[in-house]
Amino acid sequence: MNELLLEYLPIILFLALGAIIGIVFLVLAFVIAPYNPDPEKVSAFESGFNAFDDSRMTFQVRFYLVSILFIIFDLEVAFLFPWAIALKGLGAVGFWSMMVFLGILTVGFIYEWKKGALEWA
Amino acid sequence: MSFVAIAFYVFASIAIAGGLLVISSRNPVHSVLFLILTFFSTAGLFVLLGAEFLAMLLVVVYVGAVAVLFLFVVMMLDVDFVEMRQGMMQNLPAGATVGVILLFELLLAFGARSAEGAKSLEEIAVGQVSNTRALGNLIYDDYFLMFQTAGMILLVAMIGAIVLTLYHRPGIKRQNIAAQVARTRDEAVELVDVKPGQGI
Repeated sequence: MNELLLEYLPIILFLALGAIIGIVFLVLAFVIAPYNPDPEKVSAFESGFNAFDDSRMTFQVRFYLVSILFIIFDLEVAFLFPWAIALKGLGAVGFWSMMVFLGILTVGFIYEWKKGALEWA
Repeated sequence: MSFVAIAFYVFASIAIAGGLLVISSRNPVHSVLFLILTFFSTAGLFVLLGAEFLAMLLVVVYVGAVAVLFLFVVMMLDVDFVEMRQGMMQNLPAGATVGVILLFELLLAFGARSAEGAKSLEEIAVGQVSNTRALGNLIYDDYFLMFQTAGMILLVAMIGAIVLTLYHRPGIKRQNIAAQVARTRDEAVELVDVKPGQGI
């Protein structure tokens, strides 16, 4: 199965390089940086105050909206990939089906824009 | 053992271990991280099957977007860990029921694969067509209606998310670019003839 490995060689190289760079940073920080902890140094610090609260607090539902809109357009783009690759053999129906799909989502996009969902605050 | 077999067992065991850790780890944030690990190893399995597009989709959509959404939800709910762990036994029957139903449906799907009617991917990918191209040949032509339905579902999701979560705080000044650009000199500037020794 060397064929499979050869086919994925660039991806494997990228993955390996990414992992190596990440690990090297961690290891270098561990080896080079001086580390003499004492209770005052490692205690929570918030601009000179003691920490007011737990770091795990609930946050606004607005972030959720941004994230869900991102997923929807992510999926839209995901549908574009096979279409772009297979377009030559698809013919008119294939082309226009994607145009209708994009049209439907554009309706949603206009609604979103007009509602001001893309604006913060 | 061939390389593919070894890789399969590695990916499969990591996926199963990750799945178990998702439901057994105490911190929900760790659960989501293990879920990401499971997604990644499943993507590896897809690659081994020759379904590169699905593998990349799993990484892009599920790891890139869905897992982030899960993290948001986990962090947005004010989770009481102690209380949640106590409810484990009570929720077990419901969870087990859902699991059994899912397993049943999977078996049903495998059974339907051999049934005639559905145009399978293998059928269209007889010649050495790449996985992505085979999908493209099917989705936009043969499954036109389902594709449009998917678009409608996405539209409904978009509108639903906006209706449910969008609110604008009243009393905030926002930038209105059109009004700014449309302003003329007459509305913006006023010339006042000031006499010496007097104010305006």
